Amino acid sequence: MTLLEVDGISVTFDGFRAINSLSLSMGEPELRAIIGPNGAGKTTFMDIVTGKTRPDSGRVVWGEDNRDLIGMSESAIARAGIGRKFQKPTVFEDQTVRENLAMALKARRDPFRVLFRRADNAGRIAELADEISLADHLMRKAGELSHGQKQWLEIGMLLAQEPRLLLVDEPAAGMTPAERGHTADLLKRLAKTRAVIVVEHDMEFVRRLDCKVTVLHEGRVLAEGSLDHVTKNRDVIDVYLGR
Amino acid sequence: MLRILILALGVLTLLPTPGRAQDLQTILQLHTEEVENPGRQTVGVVIEDLIAAEMPVVPVFLTHWQDREIVLNAEDGRFYALVDDADGQATIRDLDTGAESTVAAPALTEVRPNGGVRREIAAALVRFQLSDPAPANRRAALDAIARQPDADQIAPLAASVEDEEDEVIRADKERLLNILTARYGDTTEARITAIERLSGRITPDARAALSQVLTTSDQIGTGEPDGNVAQVYTPGDEITRAEAYGRLVDEGLAPAPVSPAAIRDALIANIEDGAIAGVPVAEMNTDAARRDAYERLAEAGTVPPFVPDEQIDAALESHVFYAVYDEDDPLVTDAARATLRSVDTQVSLNKTADLALDALSLASIYFLAAIGLAITFGVMGVINMAHGEFIMMGAYTGYVVQQIVPDYTLSLIIALPLAFVVAGAAGIAMERLVIRHLYHRPLETLLATFGISIALQQLAKNIFGTQARPLTAPDWLSGQLVFNELVAISYIRIAIFVLAGLFLALLLFILRRTRLGLEVRAVTQNRGMAASMGIDPDKINMATFGLGSGIAGIAGVAIGLYAQVTSEMGANYIVQSFMTVVVGGVGNVWGTLAGAGLIGVLQKSIESMNPSNTLAAQTYMILFIIIFIQFRPRGIVALRGRAAEA
Amino acid sequence: MTDATMTLPHRTPPVRQTSTFGFLAALAVFAVTVTVLAEQGAISTSFVKTLGKTLCLCLAAVAMDVVWGYTGILSLGHMAFFGLGGYAIGMWLMYARTEGLVVQSLASQPLPPTPGELRDAIGSQIFGVVGSSDFPLIWMFADSLFLQLMMVVLVPGMLALVFGWLAFRSRVTGVYLSILTQAMTLALALYLFQNDSGLRGNNGLSGLQNIPGFENTSQAALSLGFFWASAVALALGYLLFAWVVSGRMGSVLRAVRDDEARVRFLGYHVESFKLFAFVLTAVVTGIAGALYYPQAGIINPNEIAPIASIYLAVWVAIGGRGRLYGAVIGAAFVSLLSSWFTGGGAPAIALGGYSLQWTDWWLVLLGLSFVAVTLFAPKGIGGLVDLIADRRRPDRQGDYGPDKGAKRAEEGAE
Repeated sequence: MTLLEVDGISVTFDGFRAINSLSLSMGEPELRAIIGPNGAGKTTFMDIVTGKTRPDSGRVVWGEDNRDLIGMSESAIARAGIGRKFQKPTVFEDQTVRENLAMALKARRDPFRVLFRRADNAGRIAELADEISLADHLMRKAGELSHGQKQWLEIGMLLAQEPRLLLVDEPAAGMTPAERGHTADLLKRLAKTRAVIVVEHDMEFVRRLDCKVTVLHEGRVLAEGSLDHVTKNRDVIDVYLGR
Repeated sequence: MLRILILALGVLTLLPTPGRAQDLQTILQLHTEEVENPGRQTVGVVIEDLIAAEMPVVPVFLTHWQDREIVLNAEDGRFYALVDDADGQATIRDLDTGAESTVAAPALTEVRPNGGVRREIAAALVRFQLSDPAPANRRAALDAIARQPDADQIAPLAASVEDEEDEVIRADKERLLNILTARYGDTTEARITAIERLSGRITPDARAALSQVLTTSDQIGTGEPDGNVAQVYTPGDEITRAEAYGRLVDEGLAPAPVSPAAIRDALIANIEDGAIAGVPVAEMNTDAARRDAYERLAEAGTVPPFVPDEQIDAALESHVFYAVYDEDDPLVTDAARATLRSVDTQVSLNKTADLALDALSLASIYFLAAIGLAITFGVMGVINMAHGEFIMMGAYTGYVVQQIVPDYTLSLIIALPLAFVVAGAAGIAMERLVIRHLYHRPLETLLATFGISIALQQLAKNIFGTQARPLTAPDWLSGQLVFNELVAISYIRIAIFVLAGLFLALLLFILRRTRLGLEVRAVTQNRGMAASMGIDPDKINMATFGLGSGIAGIAGVAIGLYAQVTSEMGANYIVQSFMTVVVGGVGNVWGTLAGAGLIGVLQKSIESMNPSNTLAAQTYMILFIIIFIQFRPRGIVALRGRAAEA
Repeated sequence: MTDATMTLPHRTPPVRQTSTFGFLAALAVFAVTVTVLAEQGAISTSFVKTLGKTLCLCLAAVAMDVVWGYTGILSLGHMAFFGLGGYAIGMWLMYARTEGLVVQSLASQPLPPTPGELRDAIGSQIFGVVGSSDFPLIWMFADSLFLQLMMVVLVPGMLALVFGWLAFRSRVTGVYLSILTQAMTLALALYLFQNDSGLRGNNGLSGLQNIPGFENTSQAALSLGFFWASAVALALGYLLFAWVVSGRMGSVLRAVRDDEARVRFLGYHVESFKLFAFVLTAVVTGIAGALYYPQAGIINPNEIAPIASIYLAVWVAIGGRGRLYGAVIGAAFVSLLSSWFTGGGAPAIALGGYSLQWTDWWLVLLGLSFVAVTLFAPKGIGGLVDLIADRRRPDRQGDYGPDKGAKRAEEGAE
């Protein structure tokens, strides 16, 4: 079934068309990789889906009840079940791993509930920490973690949110080959129960994901299909190798 | 007026008309009583005759008369001018021949006209002065007429226009004649023509003349209003019911209502054994209790009863309240009303123009104060709370230079670049010592520069004292450029405007056309990339900060010229300057210009609505800005897209 | 925030509790000591008042620390709330006291006064200085202590709510927000300076040290009473904020401070949390003001001028942001030092031919030491505690160090 339906969105920055009537559809569960050269509109696409940028036209339809995400705040979209992982690991460095995870745990998020409902789900936090191999570091500040550990912590926070759609921006950047394998496996596992969109440069990594690939170029979908299929596409070759 | 004319007519028919051959004394002898004991009503006759005689000695006599220098000699019954009075012997001068003689002082009776009479005499004298050979006297005569316009002055004024040689005075005479005709002209047509000629004239005297024609007085009647009705007042509508009833009471047409104060006084007057009409005084602490007690006193007939509401209603119902023009001719009042409307339109147009000039000059001051900040805050992202103190520093530099170089023009020429250097050097020092260590921590920068700000302010206080120091503008900058009665602008403000324009051009040139500008923009957009291309960001930041602070110093000299130099002057501009930058849009010279323009216009417009309260104007302006930022958080000239979010 | 307290397990870390209890114990000891000394006459009534006022300032500083040190909103307008709290209670104090005087003077009249006459007489007594005698609408509840006490909470709360809602909704952040809050204070101060503001223009409200109903109590006893009230308010406020900034709420607030965009993507409505912190601290600051001004005796619009709020930020910064006791230390230290220097308590220094008077040079010293604190000791005086308590921990990428990677890099860049 369709979870996310992006329908003909366009956005212009100071005369520059960052996204040009882009349409895309995601099922649940599904794993999808989005590739494309610099400036193809990958990040802007994620910004639009997560509510950071408002498109000039088009619709973003979400879920069973076909809600239009456009016009909703970032936080409302996040609560609706869309999680986002940034390219650079963004965790709250001044807080402990435990606090980071506790904040991300799925729960009511209005200020008064946050203030009065103090007990956090210690069991669930331990479970998550195990999953991201940070069980021994729960009481350390996130700022003290290594780069890779921060990446894992962020993924753990995403899992804690229990999103239905996960947007992952260049997860393999700056990782060792072993970590990459680990990450690809994790993404594939996650995609069994939810929708996952991975934006990636690294073809090798995309190949490992072994999923449907969408190629973006100049704000449009250039090609869509398996990696082998799109890499044979004439247009794609032109774009990547230059004319 | 009419009575005087009838009287004069009567006198003229009874007495023999004074002939040309007669001398002054003869005329005076005809009116001995009026000259000796003149009254306001009677003196007119004498003056008429004197003027009709057309003798050159008449103004001389009138002057003496006005100055209380005329005496009646009991020995011959003739009038003389008193020249000198010493030791019982007085020197007197014959009014016609000018021959002087000496008489015993007791024989002389001084003629002492009272104030009213002397005013009449002065008015008569004006006619002679209108043709006086000295232009200054003629002008004085015109001023005198303008101060006390009078129907009788029309004829002499009209007569004097013809022979007037001075173009300017002639124009003034014609103008005054027109105003007089509008008010006192003989025929309706003449008056209407004169009134219509006043349209488009914004001088206060023209407006005064028109409103004089349109004076009204309030009337109360029982039937249809009569006379040249200006307005009918409906009680409860144009006037309050209480006011309308008050008028009836004033006219004696209705009994006065009993006021709370009257109740109180009546009750106090009727206290007997600690009680009023049987009720203890201690219970009189509500209005209802007091009314009750008064009612009882009224029933006993001790005090007048309350006026019942029905009676008030009936009284108001049966009367008509209206205002009539003191001028009877409706054609004249209609013309005057129409002309006044057009004059008012003209006046408000001119006032708007004046307001626009004011707003423009305020905007250029804000621009000057804010542009340095726009560079440091907008281009470098550094918030400098001490910016106001750089303005102050520039102003004090100007002050010190003026103490050393007494020539104001020269000292100004020295002060402007020196202020730039002093404030710029201070800015660079601050950038090197403090701000450099705080890049990317704007809130800390804000507080650190605030610390510098209070230190500098106190330092200035310690050096220059708390009292305001003057920064005097050279003579060629004093005074103002006058367009008309309502539109004027001082030269200092024009100079500030020009200065602001120069800086705008200079900055645009530096930022767009020079190597420095290119490098500044490169560092602003991508510090790392700029550094890798061989641009030294530290140097660029230093230069930018020096430039921004230096301009603040020059702004200080400019502001000091029209406001006073105090240690707190910078602090007064800092919030407005930030507003200007934020409202305009950060990182853009044009934005600052737009922000300064908006704030200047806004502040002056709000002030013009309530000129007595500039504090309120500032309050409302800040509220407006807070709300404005709701709708345009990035300012008027906003950058959009990902670049703006970076 | 390198608080050692945050590193220990469980939702209310014991060390944090230790610091809270430690603070409360110290406050109690201080209050008892002052009481004993005052009873023995060792310290003057005016010094007791100064200490009581300082406690109120400490409470305002704690609130400021929550909104700035924890939530990252550098409000340059919190003293406006302080002043509004003072005005709210001042209106009742002034009304009730004037009413007492007017009733006394009207007692000799032949007729007992009606409520209307009484009100007019009070009005002309209070507003005579600004050439008016009518009660403005805002004095509607001035005769009721209960309602004016409500106003102490409601007026700052409502202003903070409306202003905060407008500002946060349009995502004004960083220095822009600071400037905007400063503009708010300036607008309020300018408004109050007008004679027709209804609050006696620049005369302000005076005679507030005379508490109606306590005419026969000595100022010494009253000042001690207010000192205790201030101490209790500070203790309660400290407890409240310590509770707020612990647990998940504190976690979210600090997260908002460090990276509000990221918090949004976690599904938290950042604006609501900011508004919560802004309004709560505004209300507490208002209460602090309501306790301060009866001790000061007079309030006028100068108290609301932007500089006052900047000083509040200065105290918090000097004391050390992000720790509640730091704010208390900063406010107490700087404000007491300030009154010592400006009160002529500090000896002049002879510099050759120039005698350095501290009344003239104190502000220069304060300004420069503030720059020094920002540059060299960003953790403030509270940072000393870390040196003692937490020597082992290596310095890491944090918010307050001079290192380039600080999270704040993003703020103000918009």
